[in-house]
Amino acid sequence: MTAVSDRQKLAYVNSQAADGRVNLEFETEEGMTLNLGPQHPATHGTLRIVVKLDGEQVLSCEPVMGYMHRGYEKLTEVRTYPQVTTLINRIDWLGSFANEVPFILAAEKLMEIEAPPRAQWIRTILFELSRIANISLFVGDMALHIGAMTAAFYAFRDREFVLNQIESATGGRFHPNFNRIGGLKDDLPKGWVADTKASLERIRDFCDEMEILVEGNEIFQARTRGIGVIPSEIALQFGLSGANLRASGVDWDLRRDQPVGLVWDKVDWKVITHPDGDSFARFWVRLQEIRESCNIVEQLLDGLPAGPYMAKVPRVIKVPEGEAWVATENPLGEMGYYLVSQGGLGPFRVKIRTASFNNVSVVPWVCRGVYVPDVVTILASLYFILGDIDR
Amino acid sequence: MGLVESGKLPKPLTSLLNTSRKYSIWIFQWGLACCAIEMGAALGSPRYDVMRLGVIPLPASPRQADLVCISGTVTDKIVPAIRRLYDQMPDPKYVISMGACANCGGPYWDSYSVTKGVDQIIPVDVYVPGCPPRPEALLEGIVLLQERIGKEDMAERWRGEPLVVS
Repeated sequence: MTAVSDRQKLAYVNSQAADGRVNLEFETEEGMTLNLGPQHPATHGTLRIVVKLDGEQVLSCEPVMGYMHRGYEKLTEVRTYPQVTTLINRIDWLGSFANEVPFILAAEKLMEIEAPPRAQWIRTILFELSRIANISLFVGDMALHIGAMTAAFYAFRDREFVLNQIESATGGRFHPNFNRIGGLKDDLPKGWVADTKASLERIRDFCDEMEILVEGNEIFQARTRGIGVIPSEIALQFGLSGANLRASGVDWDLRRDQPVGLVWDKVDWKVITHPDGDSFARFWVRLQEIRESCNIVEQLLDGLPAGPYMAKVPRVIKVPEGEAWVATENPLGEMGYYLVSQGGLGPFRVKIRTASFNNVSVVPWVCRGVYVPDVVTILASLYFILGDIDR
Repeated sequence: MGLVESGKLPKPLTSLLNTSRKYSIWIFQWGLACCAIEMGAALGSPRYDVMRLGVIPLPASPRQADLVCISGTVTDKIVPAIRRLYDQMPDPKYVISMGACANCGGPYWDSYSVTKGVDQIIPVDVYVPGCPPRPEALLEGIVLLQERIGKEDMAERWRGEPLVVS
């Protein structure tokens, strides 16, 4: 045990005062206030949800954000371009590779460089692999929140096979930092294509298993069907994106509608939608998307072109003056970077549009009038990552 | 516990107590950021399987826990909650700080909203480096902590000055 310094004491007193202020804002006279979080398993980290209850029914539901705010947009202003990719890996920490791509594409757009075909294909493959790693965890996680523990263990087990592939290609299980402006850091290792195909088989088995174990489960269906229905017009008004929007019946996917610099248009796949818009639909859409991603990766692996993996770029990267907006369909939804450059070594300003911030903004609307356990179902099915909300 | 506090515990009894303590650690998961997923993989996945080390994940409340694993970025807004959680844990209690962010701020060393190191608010026993550390690294940290618990003189620990923050 160490002695406590004055600095520690001061930090503690200040933090207590801050905590007191937050609590004051939500004091209520009628009904009961239930505080979910900031540390609650259902909130994937540190989202805090203040729920006002009348009996067991929810009167209002208010998400409190900012517990994971790390000041990304400010930090990018004091980093150089190669350093920024290290940071933005950690926005949505489950689909790290997918975070880098739109930023790199925006910088390439300003520099008027195009990555060689092989780099584009490998980017798309790794993008989809990170989507598989991300969503397969969701499948286990949602089952866990409904009350089925086994599925989470299965998800963690089978996700490792994809993470192994990402690791052997990029060197990082979680945060690859593999993209460079103009291409990639390295080529694929020997034998990677065959290994990836084997692990895709594993993931397909996992999908079948989950369909039997979770989706066909009577209790799971009773807990999710008709719970948290988001109609398509409401989903559009709140700016939902990704699988949450497609589960509301809106046929919208940036991979098909806006394939910037990546090669989704070269392969045969379909956008999956579901007309219901309830929690079950969101689960179903995501589970089918894993299968579609497997198809995309398999086709891309078959047609992987040879050639260089890096375009010619200057040694010191300076992005010319200008502004660019690039958005891609990340595992959680639309993620975009508005990059403003003034010709320096680093960006002048970066505006980051993340999917989860909009996805979680629908929570107060969809949670009115539901029962307490359904709040957890809805939070799990909307699937947000805290780093993606607060940045 | 009068015997322990007076410091007159015989050695064999101390080692027996320590051995039983170190193989029944209840670990409370304070998952904050990326490291939370790696911690989940270490504690919840069949590949890494933390229970074979005598560590029990998922206690119902911090009041049940012996060890808390702070994994991820500690922001200034979450600090009071971490402190309150630590105060709720019963003594003897241990802290693992997992990942570069919890150790020292990590990639956010110049951010305006990140607390640079969880050791500013609670005492830390084991630092696990990495961004994020692999699950094996967390298991290594737990093993190191167990070694430390095994060598601990309980009387000394119980007589020691408690951390008072007012």
